[in-house]
Amino acid sequence: MQERAQLLLEIADDELILGWRDSEWTGIAPFLEEDVAFSSIAQNEIGHARALYELAARELETTADELAFDRAPEEYRCARLVELRLPSWEHTIARHFLYEEADALRLEELKASDDAELAGLAAKIDREEVYHRMHAQMWFDRLENEPRFVAALDELRPLVGVRNGHTPELTELWEEMTMVRRSQPAGTTW
Amino acid sequence: MTAEQVWAALAEIPDPEIPVISVVDLGVVREVRVEDERVHVEFTPTFLGCPALEVMRDQMAARITELGAEPQVEVVLDDSWSTDRITAEGREKLRAAGLAPPAPRSAGRRFNGPADEPRALSDGSASAASAETPTLVQLQSNGFRCPYCGSRDTGLENIFGPTPCRSLRYCRACRQPFEQFKTI
Repeated sequence: MQERAQLLLEIADDELILGWRDSEWTGIAPFLEEDVAFSSIAQNEIGHARALYELAARELETTADELAFDRAPEEYRCARLVELRLPSWEHTIARHFLYEEADALRLEELKASDDAELAGLAAKIDREEVYHRMHAQMWFDRLENEPRFVAALDELRPLVGVRNGHTPELTELWEEMTMVRRSQPAGTTW
Repeated sequence: MTAEQVWAALAEIPDPEIPVISVVDLGVVREVRVEDERVHVEFTPTFLGCPALEVMRDQMAARITELGAEPQVEVVLDDSWSTDRITAEGREKLRAAGLAPPAPRSAGRRFNGPADEPRALSDGSASAASAETPTLVQLQSNGFRCPYCGSRDTGLENIFGPTPCRSLRYCRACRQPFEQFKTI
Protein backbone atom coordinates (compact mmCIF):
# COMPACT_ATOMS: atom_id res chain seq x y z
CA MET A 1 0.00 0.00 0.00
CA GLN A 2 1.17 3.52 -0.77
CA GLU A 3 2.73 5.47 2.06
CA ARG A 4 0.14 8.25 1.81
CA ALA A 5 -2.82 5.89 2.03
CA GLN A 6 -1.22 4.17 5.01
CA LEU A 7 -0.83 7.46 6.83
CA LEU A 8 -4.42 8.47 6.05
CA LEU A 9 -5.71 5.13 7.36
CA GLU A 10 -3.65 5.43 10.52
CA ILE A 11 -5.21 8.78 11.39
CA ALA A 12 -8.69 7.84 10.19
CA ASP A 13 -8.63 4.62 12.25
CA ASP A 14 -7.53 6.54 15.36
CA GLU A 15 -10.39 9.01 14.92
CA LEU A 16 -13.02 6.39 14.13
CA ILE A 17 -12.15 4.10 17.04
CA LEU A 18 -11.74 6.94 19.53
CA GLY A 19 -15.01 8.50 18.30
CA TRP A 20 -16.71 5.16 18.90
CA ARG A 21 -15.24 4.89 22.41
CA ASP A 22 -16.18 8.50 23.23
CA SER A 23 -19.74 7.83 22.13
CA GLU A 24 -20.00 5.16 24.84
CA TRP A 25 -20.51 8.05 27.30
CA THR A 26 -23.66 9.19 25.50
CA GLY A 27 -26.44 8.98 28.06
CA ILE A 28 -24.25 7.88 30.99
CA ALA A 29 -21.55 10.55 31.50
CA PRO A 30 -21.17 11.77 35.10
CA PHE A 31 -23.20 14.89 34.33
CA LEU A 32 -25.23 16.35 31.50
CA GLU A 33 -22.62 18.80 30.17
CA GLU A 34 -20.14 15.97 29.71
CA ASP A 35 -22.75 13.78 28.10
CA VAL A 36 -23.22 16.54 25.49
CA ALA A 37 -19.46 17.21 25.24
CA PHE A 38 -18.39 13.60 24.66
CA SER A 39 -21.26 13.00 22.22
CA SER A 40 -20.27 16.09 20.25
CA ILE A 41 -16.56 15.23 20.30
CA ALA A 42 -17.41 11.71 19.12
CA GLN A 43 -19.45 13.13 16.24
CA ASN A 44 -16.55 15.39 15.22
CA GLU A 45 -13.96 12.59 15.38
CA ILE A 46 -16.10 10.28 13.26
CA GLY A 47 -16.62 13.14 10.79
CA HIS A 48 -12.86 13.58 10.56
CA ALA A 49 -12.45 9.83 10.06
CA ARG A 50 -14.92 9.90 7.19
CA ALA A 51 -13.14 12.75 5.40
CA LEU A 52 -9.78 11.00 5.82
CA TYR A 53 -11.18 7.66 4.61
CA GLU A 54 -12.59 9.45 1.57
CA LEU A 55 -9.15 10.72 0.59
CA ALA A 56 -7.69 7.25 1.13
CA ALA A 57 -10.58 5.62 -0.76
CA ARG A 58 -9.88 7.69 -3.89
CA GLU A 59 -6.32 6.46 -3.88
CA LEU A 60 -7.19 2.83 -3.11
CA GLU A 61 -10.21 2.80 -5.47
CA THR A 62 -12.71 1.80 -2.82
CA THR A 63 -15.20 3.67 -0.59
CA ALA A 64 -14.97 5.29 2.85
CA ASP A 65 -17.53 2.85 4.28
CA GLU A 66 -15.60 -0.19 3.05
CA LEU A 67 -12.41 1.13 4.60
CA ALA A 68 -14.15 1.94 7.87
CA PHE A 69 -16.14 -1.25 8.30
CA ASP A 70 -15.12 -4.03 5.91
CA ARG A 71 -11.54 -4.63 6.97
CA ALA A 72 -10.59 -7.31 9.51
CA PRO A 73 -9.65 -6.04 13.00
CA GLU A 74 -5.97 -6.88 12.44
CA GLU A 75 -5.91 -4.62 9.38
CA TYR A 76 -6.74 -1.49 11.39
CA ARG A 77 -3.80 0.81 12.01
CA CYS A 78 -5.04 2.66 15.11
CA ALA A 79 -2.95 3.12 18.26
CA ARG A 80 -3.63 0.93 21.29
CA LEU A 81 -4.53 4.02 23.31
CA VAL A 82 -7.81 4.51 21.44
CA GLU A 83 -8.90 0.87 21.50
CA LEU A 84 -9.42 0.44 25.22
CA ARG A 85 -12.83 0.36 26.80
CA LEU A 86 -12.36 2.80 29.68
CA PRO A 87 -15.32 2.84 32.03
CA SER A 88 -13.60 5.10 34.58
CA TRP A 89 -13.83 8.86 34.21
CA GLU A 90 -10.21 9.55 35.18
CA HIS A 91 -8.98 7.16 32.48
CA THR A 92 -11.32 8.68 29.91
CA ILE A 93 -10.06 12.19 30.66
CA ALA A 94 -6.43 10.99 30.73
CA ARG A 95 -6.85 9.39 27.29
CA HIS A 96 -8.63 12.49 25.96
CA PHE A 97 -5.77 14.70 27.12
CA LEU A 98 -3.01 12.40 25.82
CA TYR A 99 -4.74 11.91 22.48
CA GLU A 100 -5.40 15.60 21.89
CA GLU A 101 -1.80 16.41 22.77
CA ALA A 102 -0.44 13.87 20.26
CA ASP A 103 -3.05 14.76 17.64
CA ALA A 104 -2.16 18.48 17.85
CA LEU A 105 1.47 17.69 16.97
CA ARG A 106 0.42 15.42 14.13
CA LEU A 107 -1.95 18.05 12.70
CA GLU A 108 0.77 20.74 12.85
CA GLU A 109 3.04 18.49 10.77
CA LEU A 110 0.32 17.68 8.27
CA LYS A 111 -0.66 21.34 7.87
CA ALA A 112 2.93 22.06 6.83
CA SER A 113 2.93 19.17 4.31
CA ASP A 114 3.71 19.69 0.59
CA ASP A 115 0.63 17.63 -0.17
CA ALA A 116 -1.93 20.43 -0.56
CA GLU A 117 -4.93 18.13 -0.25
CA LEU A 118 -3.69 16.61 2.99
CA ALA A 119 -2.57 19.97 4.40
CA GLY A 120 -5.96 21.53 3.58
CA LEU A 121 -7.93 18.75 5.26
CA ALA A 122 -5.63 18.85 8.31
CA ALA A 123 -6.23 22.60 8.64
CA LYS A 124 -9.97 22.07 8.41
CA ILE A 125 -9.88 19.32 11.05
CA ASP A 126 -7.74 21.51 13.31
CA ARG A 127 -10.39 24.25 13.39
CA GLU A 128 -12.65 21.80 15.25
CA GLU A 129 -9.89 20.22 17.31
CA VAL A 130 -9.19 23.58 18.96
CA TYR A 131 -12.37 23.05 20.96
CA HIS A 132 -11.42 19.48 21.90
CA ARG A 133 -8.08 20.74 23.19
CA MET A 134 -9.81 23.48 25.18
CA HIS A 135 -12.05 20.87 26.79
CA ALA A 136 -9.13 18.49 27.52
CA GLN A 137 -7.09 21.32 29.02
CA MET A 138 -10.01 22.42 31.19
CA TRP A 139 -10.22 18.92 32.66
CA PHE A 140 -6.45 18.63 33.01
CA ASP A 141 -6.37 21.86 35.03
CA ARG A 142 -9.18 20.57 37.22
CA LEU A 143 -7.64 17.13 37.89
CA GLU A 144 -3.87 17.54 37.58
CA ASN A 145 -3.24 17.06 41.31
CA GLU A 146 -5.69 14.21 41.79
CA PRO A 147 -3.77 10.96 42.45
CA ARG A 148 -6.24 8.81 40.50
CA PHE A 149 -5.88 11.04 37.44
CA VAL A 150 -2.09 11.14 37.69
CA ALA A 151 -2.02 7.32 37.94
CA ALA A 152 -4.30 7.03 34.87
CA LEU A 153 -2.00 9.34 32.87
CA ASP A 154 1.04 7.25 33.87
CA GLU A 155 -0.76 4.06 32.94
CA LEU A 156 -1.93 5.24 29.51
CA ARG A 157 0.99 7.40 28.37
CA PRO A 158 3.07 4.41 27.15
CA LEU A 159 0.24 3.42 24.77
CA VAL A 160 0.26 6.67 22.75
CA GLY A 161 1.31 5.89 19.19
CA VAL A 162 1.88 2.15 19.82
CA ARG A 163 0.70 0.50 16.63
CA ASN A 164 2.42 -2.91 16.67
CA GLY A 165 -0.42 -5.27 17.39
CA HIS A 166 -3.84 -4.70 18.86
CA THR A 167 -5.59 -5.32 22.15
CA PRO A 168 -8.44 -7.87 22.34
CA GLU A 169 -10.68 -4.88 23.02
CA LEU A 170 -10.36 -3.77 19.39
CA THR A 171 -11.87 -7.06 18.22
CA GLU A 172 -14.76 -6.66 20.67
CA LEU A 173 -15.39 -3.13 19.47
CA TRP A 174 -15.14 -4.21 15.82
CA GLU A 175 -17.80 -6.86 16.45
CA GLU A 176 -20.16 -4.22 17.84
CA MET A 177 -19.26 -1.56 15.28
CA THR A 178 -19.77 -3.73 12.21
CA MET A 179 -22.61 -5.96 13.44
CA VAL A 180 -25.42 -4.15 11.63
CA ARG A 181 -23.43 -3.79 8.44
CA ARG A 182 -22.43 -7.45 8.44
CA SER A 183 -26.07 -8.48 8.89
CA GLN A 184 -27.07 -6.71 5.66
CA PRO A 185 -26.65 -7.99 2.10
CA ALA A 186 -23.41 -6.77 0.47
CA GLY A 187 -23.76 -3.41 -1.24
CA THR A 188 -26.55 -2.09 1.00
CA THR A 189 -26.37 1.68 1.24
CA TRP A 190 -27.52 3.74 4.22
CA MET B 1 -29.23 29.22 -17.85
CA THR B 2 -26.89 31.62 -16.08
CA ALA B 3 -24.83 31.20 -12.91
CA GLU B 4 -26.87 34.04 -11.35
CA GLN B 5 -30.07 32.01 -11.79
CA VAL B 6 -28.44 29.04 -10.10
CA TRP B 7 -27.18 31.19 -7.20
CA ALA B 8 -30.70 32.61 -6.77
CA ALA B 9 -32.18 29.11 -6.70
CA LEU B 10 -29.60 27.88 -4.17
CA ALA B 11 -30.32 30.92 -1.99
CA GLU B 12 -33.79 29.44 -1.41
CA ILE B 13 -32.45 26.21 0.12
CA PRO B 14 -32.55 26.37 3.93
CA ASP B 15 -29.83 24.90 6.12
CA PRO B 16 -31.40 21.59 7.24
CA GLU B 17 -30.48 22.14 10.90
CA ILE B 18 -30.81 25.93 11.11
CA PRO B 19 -33.60 26.59 8.60
CA VAL B 20 -33.63 30.36 9.17
CA ILE B 21 -30.56 30.70 6.97
CA SER B 22 -29.89 29.43 3.46
CA VAL B 23 -26.90 27.47 2.21
CA VAL B 24 -25.79 30.66 0.41
CA ASP B 25 -26.03 32.74 3.64
CA LEU B 26 -23.95 30.05 5.30
CA GLY B 27 -21.20 30.57 2.72
CA VAL B 28 -20.80 26.89 1.87
CA VAL B 29 -21.35 27.32 -1.88
CA ARG B 30 -17.92 28.13 -3.21
CA GLU B 31 -18.43 28.12 -6.95
CA VAL B 32 -21.16 27.73 -9.55
CA ARG B 33 -20.21 26.97 -13.17
CA VAL B 34 -22.73 26.56 -15.95
CA GLU B 35 -21.58 24.56 -18.99
CA ASP B 36 -24.42 24.10 -21.45
CA GLU B 37 -26.91 21.77 -19.76
CA ARG B 38 -24.59 20.94 -16.89
CA VAL B 39 -24.31 22.88 -13.63
CA HIS B 40 -21.25 22.28 -11.52
CA VAL B 41 -21.42 23.36 -7.87
CA GLU B 42 -18.51 23.21 -5.46
CA PHE B 43 -19.42 23.27 -1.83
CA THR B 44 -17.53 22.89 1.42
CA PRO B 45 -18.78 21.21 4.59
CA THR B 46 -19.07 23.38 7.70
CA PHE B 47 -18.20 20.90 10.44
CA LEU B 48 -16.98 17.58 9.06
CA GLY B 49 -19.28 15.49 11.23
CA CYS B 50 -22.36 17.52 10.39
CA PRO B 51 -25.13 15.26 9.09
CA ALA B 52 -26.57 18.23 7.17
CA LEU B 53 -23.83 17.69 4.57
CA GLU B 54 -25.64 14.99 2.56
CA VAL B 55 -29.00 16.73 2.90
CA MET B 56 -27.56 19.99 1.50
CA ARG B 57 -25.84 18.16 -1.35
CA ASP B 58 -29.01 16.30 -2.32
CA GLN B 59 -31.23 19.38 -2.05
CA MET B 60 -28.87 21.43 -4.23
CA ALA B 61 -28.83 18.68 -6.83
CA ALA B 62 -32.63 18.40 -6.74
CA ARG B 63 -33.07 22.16 -7.13
CA ILE B 64 -30.75 22.24 -10.16
CA THR B 65 -32.64 19.32 -11.71
CA GLU B 66 -35.87 21.31 -11.24
CA LEU B 67 -34.28 24.15 -13.18
CA GLY B 68 -33.86 21.69 -16.03
CA ALA B 69 -30.12 21.14 -15.84
CA GLU B 70 -27.88 18.23 -14.96
CA PRO B 71 -26.35 18.79 -11.49
CA GLN B 72 -22.79 17.96 -10.51
CA VAL B 73 -22.38 18.80 -6.85
CA GLU B 74 -18.84 18.34 -5.62
CA VAL B 75 -17.92 18.28 -1.92
CA VAL B 76 -14.56 20.00 -1.44
CA LEU B 77 -12.67 18.87 1.66
CA ASP B 78 -10.23 21.77 1.86
CA ASP B 79 -9.88 24.53 4.42
CA SER B 80 -11.76 27.24 2.55
CA TRP B 81 -14.75 27.46 4.92
CA SER B 82 -14.67 29.27 8.22
CA THR B 83 -17.47 30.94 10.16
CA ASP B 84 -16.27 34.25 8.62
CA ARG B 85 -17.91 33.01 5.38
CA ILE B 86 -21.39 33.43 6.89
CA THR B 87 -22.84 36.55 5.24
CA ALA B 88 -23.85 39.67 7.19
CA GLU B 89 -27.45 38.89 6.30
CA GLY B 90 -26.99 35.32 7.53
CA ARG B 91 -25.57 36.54 10.85
CA GLU B 92 -28.56 38.81 11.36
CA LYS B 93 -30.97 35.95 10.60
CA LEU B 94 -29.20 33.78 13.17
CA ARG B 95 -29.43 36.49 15.81
CA ALA B 96 -33.13 37.07 15.09
CA ALA B 97 -33.72 33.33 15.57
CA GLY B 98 -32.06 33.39 19.02
CA LEU B 99 -28.75 31.85 17.91
CA ALA B 100 -25.85 34.19 18.64
CA PRO B 101 -23.68 34.53 15.51
CA PRO B 102 -20.00 33.45 15.69
CA ALA B 103 -17.38 35.98 16.81
CA PRO B 104 -15.29 37.07 13.80
CA ARG B 105 -11.89 35.32 13.65
CA SER B 106 -10.21 38.72 13.62
CA ALA B 107 -11.55 39.21 17.17
CA GLY B 108 -9.61 36.10 18.24
CA ARG B 109 -6.47 37.44 16.55
CA ARG B 110 -6.83 40.70 18.44
CA PHE B 111 -7.36 38.90 21.76
CA ASN B 112 -4.55 36.44 21.18
CA GLY B 113 -1.67 38.83 20.59
CA PRO B 114 1.76 38.07 22.07
CA ALA B 115 0.68 39.38 25.48
CA ASP B 116 -2.08 36.81 25.77
CA GLU B 117 -0.86 33.65 24.05
CA PRO B 118 -3.50 30.91 24.16
CA ARG B 119 -2.23 27.95 26.12
CA ALA B 120 -1.90 24.86 23.98
CA LEU B 121 -1.49 21.41 25.42
CA SER B 122 1.88 21.06 27.19
CA ASP B 123 4.28 22.18 24.43
CA GLY B 124 3.15 25.79 24.64
CA SER B 125 2.88 26.28 20.89
CA ALA B 126 -0.31 27.69 19.48
CA SER B 127 -1.50 26.68 16.04
CA ALA B 128 -2.73 29.24 13.53
CA ALA B 129 -6.24 27.87 14.01
CA SER B 130 -6.06 28.39 17.78
CA ALA B 131 -4.66 31.88 17.40
CA GLU B 132 -7.88 33.08 15.77
CA THR B 133 -10.34 31.10 17.86
CA PRO B 134 -11.46 32.56 21.18
CA THR B 135 -9.74 30.84 24.11
CA LEU B 136 -11.60 29.22 26.97
CA VAL B 137 -10.87 32.26 29.12
CA GLN B 138 -12.46 34.51 26.51
CA LEU B 139 -15.45 32.21 26.09
CA GLN B 140 -15.93 32.39 29.85
CA SER B 141 -15.69 36.19 29.81
CA ASN B 142 -18.41 38.73 29.12
CA GLY B 143 -17.46 39.20 25.46
CA PHE B 144 -20.54 37.60 23.93
CA ARG B 145 -23.91 39.26 23.50
CA CYS B 146 -27.25 37.69 24.32
CA PRO B 147 -29.27 37.47 21.08
CA TYR B 148 -32.49 38.19 23.00
CA CYS B 149 -31.71 41.28 25.10
CA GLY B 150 -28.28 42.36 23.80
CA SER B 151 -26.61 42.21 27.23
CA ARG B 152 -22.98 41.14 27.47
CA ASP B 153 -23.57 39.74 30.95
CA THR B 154 -23.49 36.18 29.62
CA GLY B 155 -21.54 33.11 30.71
CA LEU B 156 -20.38 29.88 29.10
CA GLU B 157 -22.40 26.84 30.18
CA ASN B 158 -20.79 24.28 27.85
CA ILE B 159 -18.27 24.49 24.99
CA PHE B 160 -20.38 21.83 23.27
CA GLY B 161 -24.05 21.95 22.36
CA PRO B 162 -26.81 20.12 20.53
CA THR B 163 -24.95 20.20 17.19
CA PRO B 164 -21.20 20.40 16.48
CA CYS B 165 -21.44 24.08 15.50
CA ARG B 166 -22.92 25.38 18.78
CA SER B 167 -21.93 26.19 22.34
CA LEU B 168 -24.34 26.81 25.21
CA ARG B 169 -24.43 30.14 27.07
CA TYR B 170 -26.65 31.74 29.70
CA CYS B 171 -27.70 35.38 29.88
CA ARG B 172 -27.69 36.65 33.47
CA ALA B 173 -29.54 39.83 32.46
CA CYS B 174 -32.66 38.25 30.95
CA ARG B 175 -32.10 34.80 32.52
CA GLN B 176 -32.31 33.08 29.20
CA PRO B 177 -30.11 30.20 28.06
CA PHE B 178 -29.07 30.56 24.42
CA GLU B 179 -26.93 28.90 21.78
CA GLN B 180 -23.79 30.49 20.39
CA PHE B 181 -22.39 29.57 16.97
CA LYS B 182 -18.76 28.46 17.52
CA THR B 183 -16.04 30.42 15.74
CA ILE B 184 -14.00 28.08 13.54
